[in-house]
Amino acid sequence: MSQQSIAMAPQPVQPFQWKRFFSIENRYLAPMFITCILVVGQISFGMLESYKKTGLAIVASLLTELILGRIFVGKWPILASAYISGISVGILVRSPAYWPYVVCAIVSIMSKYVLRVNGRHIWNPSNFSISVLLFLAPETVAALSIQWGNYLLPMLVIWILGSIIIARLHRFHITGTYVACFIVFAFLRSYITGSPWQSEIAPLTGPMYQLFIFFMITDPKTTVRSKFWQCIVVAMVALVEMILRLSHVVYAPFYALFLVGPAALLIEMWFDSRRTVPVRVAA
Amino acid sequence: MKQGIAARIVLAIVFAGLVFSPLFIKRYAARHDETKTKLDLQTALSRHGFYLQEVSRAAGVDFVHQAPTLDPRLNHIMPQVASMGASVSIVDFDHDGWPDIYVTNSKEGAKNALYHNLHDGTFKDVAEEMGIADVNGPGTGVSMGAVWGDYDNDGYEDLLLIKWGKPELFHNDAGHGFTRVTDQVGLPPWINANTALWFDYDGDGLLDLFIGGYYSEDVDLWHLASTKMMPDSFEYAKNGGRKYLFHNLGNGKFEEVSEKVGIDSRRWALASAAADLRGTGHPDLFVANDYGVSELYFNDGKRFHEVGQQTGVGFAPKSGMNASFGDILNQGRYAVYVSNISEEGVLIQGNNLWVAKESTSGDKLQYENLARDFGVEIGGWSFGAQFGDLNNDGTLDLYLTNGYVSLDHNRSYWYDFSKIAGGHSAIINDAKNWPAMDGRSLSGYQTKHVWLNDGSGKFVDVAQAVGVTDTYDGRAVAFADLWNQGVLDVIVANERGPLLIYKNTVIPENKWIEFELEGTKSNRSAIGAQVTVYWNGQQQVQEVSGGSGFAAQNQRRLHFGLGKFPQIQKAVIRWPSGKIQTIDSPTPNENHVVKEPS
Repeated sequence: MSQQSIAMAPQPVQPFQWKRFFSIENRYLAPMFITCILVVGQISFGMLESYKKTGLAIVASLLTELILGRIFVGKWPILASAYISGISVGILVRSPAYWPYVVCAIVSIMSKYVLRVNGRHIWNPSNFSISVLLFLAPETVAALSIQWGNYLLPMLVIWILGSIIIARLHRFHITGTYVACFIVFAFLRSYITGSPWQSEIAPLTGPMYQLFIFFMITDPKTTVRSKFWQCIVVAMVALVEMILRLSHVVYAPFYALFLVGPAALLIEMWFDSRRTVPVRVAA
Repeated sequence: MKQGIAARIVLAIVFAGLVFSPLFIKRYAARHDETKTKLDLQTALSRHGFYLQEVSRAAGVDFVHQAPTLDPRLNHIMPQVASMGASVSIVDFDHDGWPDIYVTNSKEGAKNALYHNLHDGTFKDVAEEMGIADVNGPGTGVSMGAVWGDYDNDGYEDLLLIKWGKPELFHNDAGHGFTRVTDQVGLPPWINANTALWFDYDGDGLLDLFIGGYYSEDVDLWHLASTKMMPDSFEYAKNGGRKYLFHNLGNGKFEEVSEKVGIDSRRWALASAAADLRGTGHPDLFVANDYGVSELYFNDGKRFHEVGQQTGVGFAPKSGMNASFGDILNQGRYAVYVSNISEEGVLIQGNNLWVAKESTSGDKLQYENLARDFGVEIGGWSFGAQFGDLNNDGTLDLYLTNGYVSLDHNRSYWYDFSKIAGGHSAIINDAKNWPAMDGRSLSGYQTKHVWLNDGSGKFVDVAQAVGVTDTYDGRAVAFADLWNQGVLDVIVANERGPLLIYKNTVIPENKWIEFELEGTKSNRSAIGAQVTVYWNGQQQVQEVSGGSGFAAQNQRRLHFGLGKFPQIQKAVIRWPSGKIQTIDSPTPNENHVVKEPS
């Protein structure tokens, strides 16, 4: 999901400090957090489809990143983002077959190298691959849609830990805006459809959303630059999701991000190009 | 530069290929799909060795299951709450050598039916005159299933009726009628049960009784104290009904001993089956739970030990709705089939085929799920299933019925169902939080599966090709040789639908052998007796069962297909008493009636 994002946040150059020596670099926070979710979820509740399938997804993701990075960038890449992609696929994809895990992980990494505009990849990698698979292979693939057991504690731990990490990465405003919008739209959906509001809020309490809001929508590589517009874009994601939900689309959040994310980036690029042209002329 | 462009083009092509690979895989699978084949009797016989014809009307059976109407506060989701109760069990209640059929109804005041086999291909409902029809009276709950066992060893099968309500035990009076003995034997006043089985867990020659609760026993579904009676999680629920184990004291009374012997669970039990999985001489107990993991209880003859996680069957939670055993590889070991939910685009749990790992046995027994490898994984919203050799080729095939709620063809409840199912326990637990169904279907109108075993680890679905074309909301499946012709016929109970009888026609070249056992030191029903047939260098084991599948019980008689030109070396019977009896070179194409030697 929001892999490279978090993993590649720039580090200011500072003199050696003991405090920093013992603290964790930002690039390792997201991989550690998602590993924590994986381990806790599996040990507590047997969340994974299987160890083999998740392992396959991680290995496929890492290998693809290594090979493509070497060929197209000319150096061995940092694997933190590929690790997150692999692990995300391993958790989010639910299929009795093995091939979806491999295909999804590879497509996820490849999309970064293929679907580029002005040197930027415009889809969040795992959002792209999972959306494609859910759309094209619904008879074989579903997404994680269950609870973390019956207990409030694991959910609270993940929400609190995730919020702290996301705040440290200066992206909590994205998560916060999305959650606020989701809740508002949930009540609106309840009003429109007559469904109990609790059932409209229910998805937000599931692990799929925890991964979605902490990892996917916060990906710095595939979100716009300004804080204000990040909030606007993520509100648009929630709005499109609501529209899809009113049409009974089960995987509405994935598809909403799939549609809105690239559109926002393309608009930003277009504005950037309009801004840079007059400067050149003036020069 | 040119190399870089070429590499990018290659990358783009590979990427496009991978993105669209699901479509190629789908197309390839469709080419090799037997399920689309239409029935042609001669083709079915020549290709698969059998076909099935639905003959219920011709056989005089016109039973249609009706569902209950529960507390009005459940009206908005009534079709999915009141979605079970169609069951079928096979019994030769009058000992005339011909299997009869008992089916349950679930509407308040509706009657259950006992179809007496008239030996001429027709059946007559005699439940009313036998005293076991009018069992769904107001205030007593409604029927959910029935299992038969001779609990007092008088030579006639007695009837245990489970309900969402008061469980009932009827004593069989020598095939002439039934006497209600519920109050004398000590059954509890109310269990919301969907599964039960007879087995002699302690080997004392008396049949004991297991009953698994679904809704908690303090819930009266007609008069809810609270709407917080739904599962508290879709896959980790522990607020279901308790389990009961009634030890047969031999004086017409039972003692409830579940906690004393180590059975203590509140998972939502939907199916159970017992068989000796470790060769200890004691039946182990498998319980398939809805909204959670399955449970496997190893039985040492005195206590049960839950080993679900240890053996591998109790780790990944799904929606267990069936438990049936079958020696699918002719290796003398049982596999366990558990049905779950698979719905395209929403939820792909996949059914489980638990096969014992090679080199594991005894207390170290471990299972792996090979449903995908064997081709029996995806079966829709699966319910009852049974193993049996449908074409007498010498390997056990698998019949699976499915379909949950068939209402409006064009509108699905799945979106709303998936929304609430992923919610926290505080939300999912309360029925009032569930969106209204409004006449929508939930995995309705599904096609059934008849998987033929090729004997080497692959099953092929031939349902359409052999005549199984119904799309009712199937619940229970039972096998019986209804016409005593050496083949397994299939009886299917459908929720809010007709009872179906699929008469089987098998090519005569394929031989068979049947064993009808009667215990003397062991329980007289011979439940738990194992027969292993050795022929043509292979072996197959089967066990007399006191209930299996979902809300079902097969005929007591064991049926083995033998294929063409069988050379039977021997049949070995291991009686529940521990006695071993060997029959050398038994004649094929015969039903062997065997009494336990004293």
